[in-house]
Formats: sequence, structure tokens, C-alpha cells
Amino acid sequence: MKFLVCISKAPDTTTKIAFTDNNTKFNNDKVVFIVNPYDEWYALVRALELKEKLGGTVTVINVGATDCDAIIRKALAIGADDAVRIDAEPIDAMFVAKQIAQYVKANAYDLVLCGKETIDYNGSEVGGMIAGLLDWGYVSLASSLELNGDLATLNREIAGGYETVVVKTPFVLSAAKGMAEARIPNMRGIMAARTKPVAVVPVFACENYTTILSYELPKEKTGVKLVSPDNVDELVSLLHNEAKVI
Amino acid sequence: MADKIIKQALKGGEFLIRESSSADTFIPEEFNEEQKMMAQMAEDFIDSEVLPVNEQIDHQEEGLMIKLMNKAGELGLLGATIPEEYGGFGKDFITGTLLTEKIGAGGSFAVACAAHTGIGTLPILYFGNEEQRKKYIPKLSTGEMKAAYCLTEPGSGSDALAAKTNAKLSADGKYYLLNGQKMWITNGGFADVFIVFAKIDGEKFTGFIVEANSEGLTRGEEEKKMGIKGSSTRQIFFQDVKVPVENLLGEIGKGHLIAFNILNIGRLKLCAAAMGATKRMATISVEYATQREQFKHKISDFGAIKYKLAEQAIKIFTVESAMYRASKQIEEKAHDLIGSGLEYPKALMGAAEEFAIECAILKVYGSEMLDYVVDEAVQIHGGLGFSEEYTPARAYRDSRINRIFEGTNEINRLLTVDMLLKRAMKGQLDLMTPAMSIQKELMSIPDFSSEDEAPYATQRKQISNMKKGILMVAGAAVQKLMMALEGEQELLMNIANMISESYLCESLLLRVMKMNEIGIASAEHNDILNVNFHDAADRFHFEGRNALSSFAEGDELRMMLLGLKRFSKTEIINTKDCRRRIAARLIDANKYCF
Repeated sequence: MKFLVCISKAPDTTTKIAFTDNNTKFNNDKVVFIVNPYDEWYALVRALELKEKLGGTVTVINVGATDCDAIIRKALAIGADDAVRIDAEPIDAMFVAKQIAQYVKANAYDLVLCGKETIDYNGSEVGGMIAGLLDWGYVSLASSLELNGDLATLNREIAGGYETVVVKTPFVLSAAKGMAEARIPNMRGIMAARTKPVAVVPVFACENYTTILSYELPKEKTGVKLVSPDNVDELVSLLHNEAKVI
Repeated sequence: MADKIIKQALKGGEFLIRESSSADTFIPEEFNEEQKMMAQMAEDFIDSEVLPVNEQIDHQEEGLMIKLMNKAGELGLLGATIPEEYGGFGKDFITGTLLTEKIGAGGSFAVACAAHTGIGTLPILYFGNEEQRKKYIPKLSTGEMKAAYCLTEPGSGSDALAAKTNAKLSADGKYYLLNGQKMWITNGGFADVFIVFAKIDGEKFTGFIVEANSEGLTRGEEEKKMGIKGSSTRQIFFQDVKVPVENLLGEIGKGHLIAFNILNIGRLKLCAAAMGATKRMATISVEYATQREQFKHKISDFGAIKYKLAEQAIKIFTVESAMYRASKQIEEKAHDLIGSGLEYPKALMGAAEEFAIECAILKVYGSEMLDYVVDEAVQIHGGLGFSEEYTPARAYRDSRINRIFEGTNEINRLLTVDMLLKRAMKGQLDLMTPAMSIQKELMSIPDFSSEDEAPYATQRKQISNMKKGILMVAGAAVQKLMMALEGEQELLMNIANMISESYLCESLLLRVMKMNEIGIASAEHNDILNVNFHDAADRFHFEGRNALSSFAEGDELRMMLLGLKRFSKTEIINTKDCRRRIAARLIDANKYCF
């Protein structure tokens, strides 16, 4: 079984978000990037578990510049066999999906795994787009995956319960919580990561459809005002005069 | 000629009489990607596996510590710096310091881990023969076996060589019969292997490897301790324990070499572990200060709190500069010794012995840094700091032991001076020539030459002056008191503190200079540098004054006090504004960020 896991870089969760160039660019300065947790904890680790059980290979693929090398090596340290980096700044979801789909067309894989979303832009789009471009099946928000020959059984969390689906390989999935437990890479893995192959593939020329106009931070939360339950007048006055909602 | 001297690496203790360049130091900002990944791994392990069960660890939940140690072993954390031929990962000493720092945030677990990887494992690695290494080290580096170090006895703590545990060779010459009692044995409750020091025939102090399942070896009850409650600490009793002769460690009568040399590395590692714990508490302090509101303000808005946050950072950044500087010096010295034919374990031990003075300073200042930071963490938390429901209370209790074990801070201060003077007497360090030239300088007109405008010239001058001050005070004390100096412990403490202040200041300066050279020094890094230099000058002067007045009088005292004043000179800066800027960076990052 050949697994391809899509990984992207994301700012560490404690990052202070700021913008530059008149709020048109994300300020990368001093930002520590990590492997997007959904890609790492769920998609990659489940692919590794299945490889350990059934045999095969796990390749990670990333669309990004050289500044993604560190997160690629982290994925290799956790246990991926090799990596592919498509040498381009990711522009939007469709751009990324086209790059990956193009690579998959040229290199046979049985299963493409993505995280359910990347924790910076939260698009949740790339997986579905890859499946569309390849004309493969797609299971989103999968919380479990079992393989039996070319048949895969997946659970999806839906409102109020679970849905179990069966799908034939090859297909694409997006992984959500429950799929696997985060793995801490060990010393051996970290040292081996240096020597594992990382193929750098030139960008596949394609049109991009969106351009970011501007960013805006959410308004700062104001303090909470506590009104005593028997002081309804004050509550009404505040809602009317300050919050201006009634 | 001058160039040639500069290129030669500094010897241990030589920082006192020679200048160092920023190129010679290692700064944490230089860690490579692999080192950072390993550090992150250790941090993730502590955060996800250890800290969430800290309460259970403190209650010594059955099997929990062993399980966590095994997990650390699986990750490779117990064998990181063990040579690959003995089942480890062969990482360098600096990486070892970094990993110890990261694990250090793990409270009682960190203590168990440090005792196992340091004083438990290293005696066999450094002093064991090939059979002993092959038998034990691979299992110790994976955690399959856990180790403990038995030196202290009820009647011999700091005076370790007064041990009473006795070893007697059996009539058939096949084993030693061990009898005695050891106490405060970390990992005592579960260790599989004990490094035990005993006197053969009541005389020859010698090391032994004793397996826990030996008949006659029994473990006492768990000690009830003020802190690190999760760390197993017991007495170990030996009653006619048969130790095969092949388990004798090193040479007969040379146990002190093992006992004391292991402690050199142990002291630097203690500083590293304290560093990890300290940074965690500094972060917890900032996090709390930025969310707690009083008088309609976050308490981090208040100057009194900003002062504490900044001071925590200044201490951390300063000690860290010295810790990684010394780690690199030890690593380089080890490589030199390998070049001259020593195998790695022996080379590393030799290197740590060379830098024993620096290791002692780091032990003292690392543990006192931690004590300061946890104390202020409690204070910043106010009433909640006193509650066991919150992190600072445990950290406060856990911190206290660090000033006691691995040689009390008093012993380490005495050693700092003692080792320097011994090296001077053996001709390894020429303290006399510079001390004499300072005496001449005292008689001459003070240097009013115009200020050097090179970067950091004032700080360089201050360090050079501090070193002169130390040589003046120590030189005069030696001349005056001679052999009686040994009995003047208060004076020796003063001198040790002066030496340490100059070593820490210089290490801090070298780091900031190097950061400046590669373009990563911020205004706040320079603030840290400037505040520490400003305050260190006063501390230095205070120690020097107490030292001088304890043995000199009249004109001689007056002249030396004037000299001391000259040698304690510093630039007066607005430390309040500096601290506020440092605090602002911490508050903005909402964590320790330097």
C-alpha cells in the first residue's frame, strides 16, 4: 500500500498574529512554524500505523519553499519514508490541490491523506479538490480508517453521531480527531530524518484564482459586565445605550 | 604572538586571567535544526506525558515513575549522549545539556532521570572496564535497567570520604563482602544497579557496581521530603552483600576520583535541569501576571510586577549564557583529549575535570536562579501561589533541594576558590604575575585615559576591572593569611562570589556580542546585559569590601578599598526603564522569550 500524506506548515499555536504591508501580508517575522497538527497527529500517524500493520510506504508531500524543510524533516523524524516538496509558495487551496494532484497522476498512490483543515486559514478545501482533480472518491472529516485489501472502512463524525462509509482505493480522505494519537518522534527517528530522501519537484504551472486583498484582526473582546439579577433596569439600560441591541 | 595566544582555547579557571572572544563561546541561538527537534521532542514528552500526571508522581503512584522512565528510554532520552557502541546515540555534550534542560522542567521525574543518566550511569561509562560497560551501559541507555548512586551515609555528607561502609575481600578472592548503610539515595526504591562507595578493609575508598537483587541488600522506607516528593529517596542497607570482584569499579583506593569527577558533570547538569524548571516558572509567572486583574488593571501593568518578571529573565539569560559557554568548552576540551589518544568517555571526564571550577559556579548560580524565580513566581501569584492547587507551590518546594545536593552551595563556593588556588600553586594557572602587576597599579595614578569607542568597550573594561579586583583581594588574602586562609570560610565565600559574578558577566557579554555580530541582538538583550552589569558591580563591591575588611586594616585596607572602588566601577544607567522594556517583551510574548 502506498500512502501519500499532505502536510503544510502552520504557525505555532501561541503565535501572535500580525500583518504587514498595509494589512495585506501575514507577518512571518519570528513566527515558529510547525507541521499542521491535523496533518501530523491524525493523517500521518494513521498512515504510519497502517504501514506498520500492512506494509507499504508513507510519503509526505508539501507545497512550499525551502522554509518548509524543517517541518518536512519533522514528518520524516516521526516515521515517513521519504518526502516530496513542490517548490512553490502556496497561493490558495486550488493551487495547492493542483500541484499535489499533478504529482499523484505521475506517481501511483493508493491513498492520499490530508488533515481536516490547516489551523491558519481553516479552508478544509485541498483534500476535496485533489479528489475532484483526480476523479477519486473523497471522505472528509474521517475519525477512523481500517483497510481490508482495496476496501476501506471509515467513520465520520456527523451531527449527533457517526456515519460509517466504505470506499474503494484509491481515494482521498481528510482526517479529524480520533483517527490516531499524536506521536513524539524518537532520537533514532530524528537522526534518521537527515538521511531520508526529499525530492524537490518544480512547480506545475497553473492559474491561481484568488488574491488576498487584506487581513483584519478580530475586535478585541471587551470586559464582561456583571449585573445583579434583581437589577433589570440597569440591564435594559446597558443593552439599549451601550450594546445598542434593543 | 598575541594572536597565537588568543587562538589557544581557554583552560579551566583561566577566564580569570585571560580575555575571551565572542567567537569562542557557544550561544543557544546557534542550535541546529536537529538539536532543536530533539529539544522539542523532550519538551513534548514532558508536556504531554509527565506534567499532566505530576500529582500522581508526587504521590509515588505504584509503577508510574518506572513507566515514564521506560518511555523516556524508548524515545532515546536516556542514551542521547552515550556512545553508539554502547547502545546510545552518540550526541555531543552541548546537545546533552540542552536535553537535560528540557527534561528539567519535569519536576520529580527530572530528578529521577538526571540521577539515572548522570551519577547512575556515568561512573560505569567513565570508569568501568570494557566488560562492565558492555554488560550495563546498553541496558542503562534504554532504561531497561535503572541506576542509583550511593555515596552519602548518615555520618558522611559533604565529608564524603569519611564513609563507613566497608568492603572485605572473601577468602577465595572471588567477591567483596559489603557492609554498611547509605542514605538519600535517589531512585533507591526501584534502581536495578547501584554505584556504591565503600572502604576496602576500612581504608581504601573504592567504587563498586552492586546489583539490586544481591542477597543482603535491602531498601529502607521512602523518605518524607519537603519537595521532589515523587522522586524515590531511600536508605540502602548492605549486610554481607557479596559483590563479585569483577564488579569493582576503577581502581582500588581510587573511589574518590569517581565520586568527585562524576560530580563535575553532575553540577553542570544540575544547572541545566534547573534552567528548564526556571524557564517554565518564568513563563507561568508571565502568563498569570497578564491575566490577573486588580484595581482594574492587569497586574503585569504594575512596575513592581514588571521588576520581578524582568529580573527573572535577567537571571535566566545570564546563567544560560555561562552554561552553554562551559558546555562548549568541555566539548572542545574532550575533542582535544581524544586527539591526544584518549577514548571519548575518559576524554569527556577529563574535560569536565578541567572545567570543574566553572561547573561549581554553574551549580551554585543555577540553583540560586531557580530559587529566586520560583520564589517570585509564588509572590506574583499572591494567595494562589501559596495554594497547592497551583503550580508555583510545588515548584517552590521542589527547588530547594538543588542548593543542597551535588555538593552544597557552600561546598561548591569553597571549591571554586580552593581549585583556583591549587591550580595556581601547581603552576597550571599563573595568578601571581597578574596579581603582582595589580599591586603596582594600585600604587600608580588611576587610568584616566579616554573612553574606548569599540562596541561594548565599557563592559569589557568592567570585566577586566572585576578580574583585577579579584586578584587584588585573593592575592592579598593569600599573602596575609597563607595557610590560615583555609579556615576563613566567610572570606572564601566572598571571593567565590566575586569570581562567579565576573564569570557570569563575561559569559553574558560574549553572548550578547555574538548575537550582535550576527544581527539578532535586540534592544532588550542589551538591556539585560546593562542591568546585570550595573547590579553585578554593586554585588561585587559588597563582597570585596567584606572580604578586605576581614583581614586588612589601616592604610593597607584604605588603599585596597580605593582600588576595589575603582575595580567595581560601572556605568550608571536607568535600570527601571531597562527592566520595563524587558518586561514589555515578556508580557507581549506571554512567556519567557529570550
